[in-house]
Amino acid sequence: MAPPPDHRRPIKRAAISDQQRRREVALRLQADRRSDAQNRARQLASSVLSLGPEPETEPEVEPEQEMSDASGQLAGRTDLDPVRAARLRGPEVRRWFARQLMLPEWMVDVPPSLDRDWYVLPRPSGKRCFVVSSNGTTISRLRNGSILHRFPSNLPNGARTKDVSGPASSYSILDCIFHEPDETYYVIDMVCWRGYSLYDCTAEFRFFWLNSKLSETGASDPPSQYHRYRFNVVQIYECNLAGLQASYSGQVPYVKDGLLFFNKHAHYQAGNTPLALVWKDNVCSQYVLDTDSKGQIPSQQQVVLELQNDGNLTTSDDPPVALGSLSRDLIAQSGLRVGNLVRVAIRDDYMRLVDGKLDLGKLQLVGKTNHSRAFADTYSKVLFQHAARHAPLRIEDLVASIQSISSTDKSQASDVEMEG
Amino acid sequence: MAMEITQALLAAQSPDSQVRTAAESNLKQFQEQNLPHFLLSLSAELAIEQKPPESRRLAGILLKNSLDAKDSFRKEQLAKQWVAVDPAIKSQIKEALLTTLASQVSDARSTASQVIAKVASIEIPRKEWQDLIGKLLANMTTKETPASLKQATLQSLGYVCEEVSPSDLEQDQVNAILTAVVQGMNQAEHGFEVRLAAIRALYNALDFAQTNFENEMERNYIMKVVCETAVSKEPEIRQAAFECLVSVASIYYGVLEPYMQTLFNLTANAIRGDEEQVALQAIEFWSTVCDEEIAIQEECAGNDEGNSVLHFRFVEKALHVLVPVLLETLLKQEEDQDQDDGIWNLSMAGGTCLGLVACTVGDAVVPLVMPFVQANITKSDWRSHEAATFAFGSILEGPSVEKLAPMVHNGLDFLLSAMKDPSSHVRDTTAWTLSRIFEILHSPSGTIIDQSNLPKIMTVLLESIRDVPNVAEKVCGAIYFLAQGYEDAGSASSVLTPYLGNIITTLLSTADRADASSNRLCSSAYETLNEVVRCSSIPENTNMIGQLLHEILKRLGQTMELEIVSTDDKERQSNLQALLCGVIQVIIQTLNGSEESLPVILQSADQMMVMFLRVFACHSSTVHEEAMLAIGALAYTTGQEFAKYMPEFYKYLERGLQNFEEYQVCSISVGVVGDICRAMDDKVLPYCDGIMSVLLKDLSNAVLHRSVKPPIFSCFGDIALAIGEQFEKYLPYVIPMLQGAAELSTQIECTDEDTEEYVNQLRRGIFEAYSGILQGFKNAKADLMLPHAGHLLQFTEAVFKDKNRDEGVTKAAVAMLGDLADAQGPNLKLLFRDCTFHAEFLGECFQSDDDQLRETATWTQGMIRRVLVS
Repeated sequence: MAPPPDHRRPIKRAAISDQQRRREVALRLQADRRSDAQNRARQLASSVLSLGPEPETEPEVEPEQEMSDASGQLAGRTDLDPVRAARLRGPEVRRWFARQLMLPEWMVDVPPSLDRDWYVLPRPSGKRCFVVSSNGTTISRLRNGSILHRFPSNLPNGARTKDVSGPASSYSILDCIFHEPDETYYVIDMVCWRGYSLYDCTAEFRFFWLNSKLSETGASDPPSQYHRYRFNVVQIYECNLAGLQASYSGQVPYVKDGLLFFNKHAHYQAGNTPLALVWKDNVCSQYVLDTDSKGQIPSQQQVVLELQNDGNLTTSDDPPVALGSLSRDLIAQSGLRVGNLVRVAIRDDYMRLVDGKLDLGKLQLVGKTNHSRAFADTYSKVLFQHAARHAPLRIEDLVASIQSISSTDKSQASDVEMEG
Repeated sequence: MAMEITQALLAAQSPDSQVRTAAESNLKQFQEQNLPHFLLSLSAELAIEQKPPESRRLAGILLKNSLDAKDSFRKEQLAKQWVAVDPAIKSQIKEALLTTLASQVSDARSTASQVIAKVASIEIPRKEWQDLIGKLLANMTTKETPASLKQATLQSLGYVCEEVSPSDLEQDQVNAILTAVVQGMNQAEHGFEVRLAAIRALYNALDFAQTNFENEMERNYIMKVVCETAVSKEPEIRQAAFECLVSVASIYYGVLEPYMQTLFNLTANAIRGDEEQVALQAIEFWSTVCDEEIAIQEECAGNDEGNSVLHFRFVEKALHVLVPVLLETLLKQEEDQDQDDGIWNLSMAGGTCLGLVACTVGDAVVPLVMPFVQANITKSDWRSHEAATFAFGSILEGPSVEKLAPMVHNGLDFLLSAMKDPSSHVRDTTAWTLSRIFEILHSPSGTIIDQSNLPKIMTVLLESIRDVPNVAEKVCGAIYFLAQGYEDAGSASSVLTPYLGNIITTLLSTADRADASSNRLCSSAYETLNEVVRCSSIPENTNMIGQLLHEILKRLGQTMELEIVSTDDKERQSNLQALLCGVIQVIIQTLNGSEESLPVILQSADQMMVMFLRVFACHSSTVHEEAMLAIGALAYTTGQEFAKYMPEFYKYLERGLQNFEEYQVCSISVGVVGDICRAMDDKVLPYCDGIMSVLLKDLSNAVLHRSVKPPIFSCFGDIALAIGEQFEKYLPYVIPMLQGAAELSTQIECTDEDTEEYVNQLRRGIFEAYSGILQGFKNAKADLMLPHAGHLLQFTEAVFKDKNRDEGVTKAAVAMLGDLADAQGPNLKLLFRDCTFHAEFLGECFQSDDDQLRETATWTQGMIRRVLVS
């Protein structure tokens, strides 16, 4: 019998045609993901600049707020609806913001040439944040991406005032620590100024620029209607004996939390870097030993690590360093998921350095971390905390290293003399 | 001068392969060295009566193949070659062809008439060979013309009408053709062959008769002749006449009304009593009327009122008499018809038509069909039982759920028990009806399936899947749609969870069945498995799907060990690999939807990748495609980790991208590049030179199917976004391509929906490419795109003004505008100030119902404002 006419589909036929469906699904997913990827790029860009109409509300975001909320606020309430924000996946938001801030490593060894190549400054205690001023508003964001404040300021284009030189859209980005007691932003670095990027400039130049430019703007003026918070520059010292002493024991108008060291030749490098270091002891910081989730110092060192899909627990370094693992059963029992940050306690007697690598031995799961926490500890922090409990790097060690450098220099110099 | 090629033509058909090959290569050489004389010699061979029929036949075939090809690119080339031939030689060839129409050998006449039409299809649109129609018609009007020449002439006219477009003929030529054709149908004057040729020519000429059908007198005349011909004494002629009526119903629905009573009687009589091939055309007439009315109703559904389309509701008016006629056909099954999937007989055509009637009139069909169902479904002879079930299954689409639900509810138990009927016809149609019920009426919120009957349904389906292959295949369909009904159910899909293990095991063993002849059951089983996986509730069933993944990987590994002796073996292997890769792809997509289930894929990623690479090594295009699709899904899931697979995978990716003959493979590979870019970010950089050069070559390839080109542009955007400023070195190649395509897209004439859609896809691809590049360069190399800003704004404006612009293009265009403003900032202040269309464009977007579009537009507006106030 002849087949049916070309265009006539018999009603009774094998119904399934899944291959075409698979193709269509794949194409649709690809298209969705492309538009997600492009939108994300748009979104992240505008989340720094936070475009859009007047800020209608000032979101009071507590730093302890949950991560999901933080991403909802990514670009301010006026720009984003929750549907879209929900598409930005948590870890991506975190990672992106993590990529923007330069994160110092913890000083576990004294770097060579400390007095020649480094600056030191007394670090204010408070919330590390990015402050962006543009288009008549100023926004500060915490490391996890959530908005800390949205306010007018004397920073370039930081408020809706008329006396602005240069285009309103050009933006400035400062790396700051917000110090609660005096409600002041202490500027520790300058990343962009009036649209001019300082990323690729050395610390030496950035600090010079910071010191000369910030004062031009009146950003350090006391708070007023168009300048909600004061911006102060932190005094930066050459890391010689005098500088180290001044920053270690000198009086500062803020609560001190350790010392920050910057390599003079280093560019502003986003993410963890050994070219910026943090160090502290009981004299220059109230918070030498990490507290647990209740604010108490635990008897055993606790470490926050990220759970990977292979069960390993890793640091937030790039690439991550695995410091231990959890068994599948334990993961299942405690309802943990990949990407969760977990707090584990270390039994001192199990922890050792093997071939320069840290082995934490047997880990004891304490629990999941607070939701606002965006990052695992870094490797250097784990080491520093361990050292702080057992054999801390003391201020005397720093001083000694500077003195020894100086003496080497002298001996070299005298060598030259002798030869001459 | 024509060359003597008889010997070569005969030798080319010799049973001795050596002789044959030599002759073929001689002919080919002749063709390549002197095409005009080659064609002339062929036409001479065909024209000379004394030549052997075999050589004439081959000469005709070679001529035809020198003028026309299936592949559109080749076809265009051949037409160009013909146009370039010396006009004097062309006219000799055409004369020879016209002469051949008078041949005594019917084969030669018929070949000549086809070749004439091929030449006409090239020349008539170019306004050449304008005397062809006149010369052909002269054959018809000369009294002493022999019947054989008239027959060949009518055939030629028919073929010419088939080949050329109505706009290429003058109205007086059309009139003359119609007159000649209609006269040729005169029973008193002409014999069988002339009349058959005439009615078949009319079939092709109907498209040209627009003007004539608008004229009532001419229309009446044509319709009268066709209706008379539909009751000719010869069945072939009656069949051809009904084919004309089918075509009239489709082209001239709007003028049918006065003839409907006559047509109803004619078709009803034919369906009831005429020979099968005539009756089938009579049923097809009604199916076509349904098609038309469904289309009209769909068109009207958009408009609230006052539509200009005439809707005569012929089906509704004829319903009471038409439905009984169709129901009768259902009882005319053939023995063993369920063994042949492509079968087309009275019962199949009748059921198909009944289904269309149900779609056309909805609820009204139900009371007319149900008495037939009730009267026959309990009869013990298989024909009555099967016909009743078929009737019920046919009307499930169209009527409202409210109307059908009670009947389905009452009948479901009976249908389930009929899965044990002794007749396989009954079981086959019952399984098909169940799958229709699940497909059309079952949803999580519906009442057809609930906790009370689901256990029984599952039991019956999982038992019946062991039935003979044709029944088992339909049971697979039922399971497929049963699962699909829960697809978007959210938590409700866990209703299937208790059965999931059993369903999966059963489908796997069904795929393994030795009696799964021609592999159709095997592929139904795996494809059903896909839907079951998609609808399985995750993370609830993560472990089970994880186990399935291992089983499927094991099976994929086993395909590599199959013994391959024949090409059939090879094909079976690659089909099986395609199915298994398909299941893996679906598993990946399903498991990566939830953080809990993700590790299952990541743990097996290495193993999967090894398998895919081994499948590639077997090299077969379908497998290639399915493995590619699966790899795309895997890349998205593994993210940057995918980098470790690239060194091994890259060569296959490149091969896929170069496969322009099988454009779907190429297209899928392009999509996978996008997946990989998003997964690997800048880690894809080492592969970009290779990928970009293949993609650029693809774009310049005239043979590559055009549908692949828009995705390639989008893919440029993916690459640029991934590697950022590193894309700079490709700009000198990419920008001209994008500009060329943009220009092309404004020049293409949108004569049909396909072209319209293509233009939209192309533009969307272009905008997505620019978006990716602008974003990629934004931080470091934004200035590189500054020189192109003017062009981009102009192009966007042109697209904005195009009334055929679809929503996808709108989104991509608006987003690109924002990217442009974002990346270039104050540099574009003047440009944005001077061109004002963007305000209007954004205004349009704010009116849209699409949230995403409104959001993007808001963002773009912010970006442009920022530029304007800078």
